[in-house]
Amino acid sequence: MSEWQPVIGLEIHVQLKTRTKMFCRCENVRGEEPNTRTCPVCLAHPGALPVLNGQAVEWAILLGQALGCAIAKRSLFHRKNYFYPDLPKGYQISQYDQPICGEGRFVVPRENDQLEVGIVRVHLEEDAAKTVHVGGTAGRIQGAETSLVDFNRGGTPLVEIVTAPDLHNADDARLFLQLLRQTVVELGISDAEMEKGSLRCDANVSVRKLGEEGFRTKTELKNMNSFMFVARGIEAEVERQIGVYEGGGAVEQETLHFDPQSGKISSLRSKEEAHDYRYFPEPDLVAVEPDAAMIDAQASQLPEQPATRLRRLETTFGLSFYDAQVLNGSPAMVALFEAIVEAGVDAKASANVLQNQFSAAGVDPTAVDAGELAKVIEARETLPRETFTTALAHSGDADFAAAPYLEDAAVSDTAELGPLVDAILEANPDLVNAFRAGIEGLLGFFVGQVMKETQGKADPRVVNELVREKLSG
Amino acid sequence: MTIDTLSLTAEAAQTLLGAGEITAGELARAYADAIAERDPEIHAYLRQGDSPDGESGEGVPIAVKDCISTKGLETTAASKILAGYVPLYDATVVERCRDAGMPVLGKTNLDEFAMGSSTENSAYGPSRNPWDLDRVPGGSSGGSAAAVAGGLAPWALGSDTGGSIKQPAALCGIVGLRPTYGTVSRYGVIAFASSLDQVGPMAKTVRDCALLYEVLAGRDRNDSTTVELPEPVTIPTADSLNGVRLGVPKELNDAEGIEPGVKASVEAAITLADSLGADVEETSLPRSVEYGLACYYLIAPAEASANLSRYDGVRYGHRASEPSDLSEMYERSRWEGFGAEPRRRIMLGTYALSAGYYDAFYGQAQRVRTLIRNEHAEAFERYDALLSPTSPTVAFPLGARTADPIAMYVADLLTIPSCMAGLPGLSIPCGLSEGLPVGLQIVGPQFSENRLLQIGHALETALAFDVVPERLR
Ligand SMILES: [Zn+2]
Repeated sequence: MSEWQPVIGLEIHVQLKTRTKMFCRCENVRGEEPNTRTCPVCLAHPGALPVLNGQAVEWAILLGQALGCAIAKRSLFHRKNYFYPDLPKGYQISQYDQPICGEGRFVVPRENDQLEVGIVRVHLEEDAAKTVHVGGTAGRIQGAETSLVDFNRGGTPLVEIVTAPDLHNADDARLFLQLLRQTVVELGISDAEMEKGSLRCDANVSVRKLGEEGFRTKTELKNMNSFMFVARGIEAEVERQIGVYEGGGAVEQETLHFDPQSGKISSLRSKEEAHDYRYFPEPDLVAVEPDAAMIDAQASQLPEQPATRLRRLETTFGLSFYDAQVLNGSPAMVALFEAIVEAGVDAKASANVLQNQFSAAGVDPTAVDAGELAKVIEARETLPRETFTTALAHSGDADFAAAPYLEDAAVSDTAELGPLVDAILEANPDLVNAFRAGIEGLLGFFVGQVMKETQGKADPRVVNELVREKLSG
Repeated sequence: MTIDTLSLTAEAAQTLLGAGEITAGELARAYADAIAERDPEIHAYLRQGDSPDGESGEGVPIAVKDCISTKGLETTAASKILAGYVPLYDATVVERCRDAGMPVLGKTNLDEFAMGSSTENSAYGPSRNPWDLDRVPGGSSGGSAAAVAGGLAPWALGSDTGGSIKQPAALCGIVGLRPTYGTVSRYGVIAFASSLDQVGPMAKTVRDCALLYEVLAGRDRNDSTTVELPEPVTIPTADSLNGVRLGVPKELNDAEGIEPGVKASVEAAITLADSLGADVEETSLPRSVEYGLACYYLIAPAEASANLSRYDGVRYGHRASEPSDLSEMYERSRWEGFGAEPRRRIMLGTYALSAGYYDAFYGQAQRVRTLIRNEHAEAFERYDALLSPTSPTVAFPLGARTADPIAMYVADLLTIPSCMAGLPGLSIPCGLSEGLPVGLQIVGPQFSENRLLQIGHALETALAFDVVPERLR
């Protein structure tokens, strides 16, 4: 099996969370009563015309920049023609040979190297409406008693990202997709939730012999709605194709559906049934020609990329890949981390506390006064565990201050503890002698006495040492 | 006072209204009476609009071609597939007319989806030419032209794709202006071929057309292809053509199929232009005329095939009864709803856009279109306007060309080239041939409406054509 190499390219659709739809002024929201966010344009009434959403264009350019794409000086919309009830015009306004963003390159950091994925293009289009099929086999139009259409979703702005076939295993595909999702979310242009359909992924899959030139026939796996299903779907399809070749057969070009329940792959349509979309330039819209100033403005808004940030966490702060990756899940967490380190706390320890106890406390990192939290983390080894946890839990409170918690800090000052130890030893001369005679187990008794006297505030390590020192002296 | 709707111009009606000599109600009533009297034989209207009580506006009423959406008033584009469809919104041009106080007299007949040159393709029966009831009024804006010529409306909105304003204006002896593409909004105008469709005024005089064009023109935020006029519309007053450079393209004036009577009338008008001070010169547009028609019959049907996809029986309009499944619903709804001409063009257009044919047909046609545009642009370096017949023939008898689509297509031979180039064109009546009106076509460069209207007005004044059909005088 090992001589086979999977070749995988992804097509990702991301719903943009613009205020209004792609080509009309309807509110772009989910979860409202069906068909309450519609107008003549998104219902394709006779004579209605599309008007391009400027925000969607800006965001597509922003995303293109994040993916290292060349931004087209001139891009066009095309009509993609096919009939389906969720497509009221009988064509989807999409982009074809002049997308808004051209070739790019997206780097996914890995522990010892990095995954480089070519971006073929990023383009804008409108989402279809939602169909609900009642009766018949679950969710299919064939055999349904009634099919209902909710046009609220119809016309939602979508960006489609197409990667080069640069991925060679399902895990890499998942890694890429996760980082892409994070990038999109951090840009603030989409919620990108796979379960809710605001991020959707199709995979083009083929296999070839290692070292073989060119590509073999690919199949397209449609609409896998979680990161795990994407990985499992690809794995299943790769295995199927290898099986076909090893059985002496040939892989057919077709569109496939992966059923995560059964793990089975079934055919949606063959090459012969493939649509001829009859693309042609959309005459109702003019070309998009973003000027240099607008492109620069978008570029200046571009936040630090998650991948760049991850590498910075490793190099600047010496974190392990694992720690950096966990912390990098949230830019706010990284910002807090940096502020804490800035306040003088050890980086490794800060990362540790933030990704464990702090995360467990569920505090919003943006609400935290990093200086105060730094004091708490600095004193972590001298604070009783309960005090430490309570302090973290309150670190997001408006009036949070470290001082009251630090009062619970363990007494580790030998000048303070020395006289106390002396007094206890003097009060127990028999036991002192017994210890010195070799009953070392008595050490615990003396330490316990000190802790009792200090009401637990003494640092047990310091006390231990001090008692041992005085007994042997 | 009695209102003679046959001879009353819109401008004169405005003057009478302004002077308080008549009321808007009386004016509307006069047209309602004329419609009741003569429309049963002319059949210019598919249905009447605002009741003639004068409450729907204090201005001069207007007839609206039935491919233009009127809120609350059925709009069918003369197709059975839209029978019973009532728009939820006014087209921008209707809104502008309403804002100018103009009541809507009714919706005028046309060839189904504006596809045709005689109104015989209307699913609701043809309109007849007020000059001769056995002849066609031209098309596709034949209903609007017949309404104006027959005294059933002072002015009307027409729409033009390849000659649908100018050709019926010529055949009915009235004035029609096809404006520069992009100066008048298409929002709410049922699309035939989006890159060619343009709404324009039809009226008895050039000044009426100018007055109506002033109401219609200008950028519309709902139509991305519209622009602001480079200069305001001026109402023409010129009676001289001193210094005006007029070109007479020989291919447009000597084309095969131009009737001798038409040629004679147009030549006389050209001689008159010369005597009014114009510099008249023969010129040439070889490729525009040779390839214009063929090019048009690829681009227009291609766009139409997509534009007509929305009529699928899902949301409005005709739906076949008891379909067994979705495909059958689509197929039967469309088969039952569309007439022969839309079906023919949908098939032509679908073919021209299909994989493997796109480049040879649609792609090639777009390249030829650029050529036609350039050839016209070169001509306008030397001339202010180009003169030719509007139609090769006078109004032809009903039924004469219905069996031969190509014979019908040739009716637009002379109007199509400038439409392909997006240029404005005016048709004015310039005489009679066999007792039927002949139209003179005046085409100018982009945004030259003011100049065209000046030329048209000077010629019209000198020609003194009586727009009242002889049999109705
Ligand atoms: Zn809408």
